[in-house]
Amino acid sequence: MTEDAHHPAPLSPVEQRVAALEALLTERGLIPEGFIDETIHHYESEIGPMNGARVVARAWADPRYKERLLADGTAAIAELGFGGAEGEHMVVVENTPAVHNVIVCTLCSCYPWPTLGLPPAWYKDPPYRARMVREPRAVLAEMGCELPGNVEIRVWDSSAEVRYLVLPERPPGTGGMTEADLAGLVTRDSMIGVARL
Amino acid sequence: MQGFGAVDHAPAEPPFHEPWEGRARALLSIVAGAVRASGGEFRHAIERMSPGHYLTSSYYEHWLTAAATLAVEHGLVSREDLEVRAGGRFPLSGPVLAPPVTDPGAGVREPRFAAGDRVRVRDWHPPGHTRCPRYVRGKTGVVVRLGGAYSVPDVEAHGTARRHEPTYSVRFDAASLWSDGQHGVSVHVDLWDSYLEPA
Repeated sequence: MTEDAHHPAPLSPVEQRVAALEALLTERGLIPEGFIDETIHHYESEIGPMNGARVVARAWADPRYKERLLADGTAAIAELGFGGAEGEHMVVVENTPAVHNVIVCTLCSCYPWPTLGLPPAWYKDPPYRARMVREPRAVLAEMGCELPGNVEIRVWDSSAEVRYLVLPERPPGTGGMTEADLAGLVTRDSMIGVARL
Repeated sequence: MQGFGAVDHAPAEPPFHEPWEGRARALLSIVAGAVRASGGEFRHAIERMSPGHYLTSSYYEHWLTAAATLAVEHGLVSREDLEVRAGGRFPLSGPVLAPPVTDPGAGVREPRFAAGDRVRVRDWHPPGHTRCPRYVRGKTGVVVRLGGAYSVPDVEAHGTARRHEPTYSVRFDAASLWSDGQHGVSVHVDLWDSYLEPA
């Protein structure tokens, strides 16, 4: 056993504040047994970009599904079993050779949780939120997504109840792949619109 | 606000970087449920953080601060108890500056605008919560899609009254928002009916 096990690191100030609020709410009987662990498990294991990747792969493999997805994102995504908080009003925007879509939330950090999970730190930080509406072509290039000058860029600021998901272009040379293999190609960033596949 | 540097991008990262982040996330659910806070009230609690604290703290510290602020404001816990338990300062958000909304006004049933209509965003400076981004106020755009009718955040953040209005996705050409002549770029913003006027 190491010395550290006898003397665990002292809590940081923010950890002390979380512990303080948790203790007071527990004493008042406001936290149901197991609630905190279940919440953490849900966000760590049940939602994430693997869900959005299944939606995208289905749209690539099935033109009729893609039509439904673009017409009513919420209903088509629900066909695969995904929905709920921060996914109640989904709009899917399609990338084409001429149009590139990218999503942002300038006012806070709105993001389609059921299909993409919780947002990454950079999506929630001021540089991305401020700059993606101000100079999207430059920010995309900095993030490694260089777009030809003739490609139109459409930025979607999630300022009300709609949450957006980008349908990336299907990569060339994937004609013979199964839907499951196609899903493996789809990245979180391609569904936010900061990367192409 | 502008003048930020590069996006600190990581291709993959865990949902929670530290165990306390997940706990803070869960505590907000507990508090919001106990005090029946609307989404608008929760977001405004974060917006009321001091700018220095907001810009130098992480996302889940924002949630923790909002949870503790709402818990104190609604009488679930006291600030003194929080500071005694935390063994030091427990920074909370600043007070609500806008007056409570007691009369929400009449809801809007029928959309005033249709896809293709040109609209101008009202140029006003509300003292409380709003979901009308400052960068489109006074700007003219085109409605591209009608959204559903939802509770107006400016109302629900400031009391128990509610007003529902249609929302619209409005396209703004970047050239009309900024002065540097970006071509082939548009920004789409989802806006409530009362944020807009005919153009």
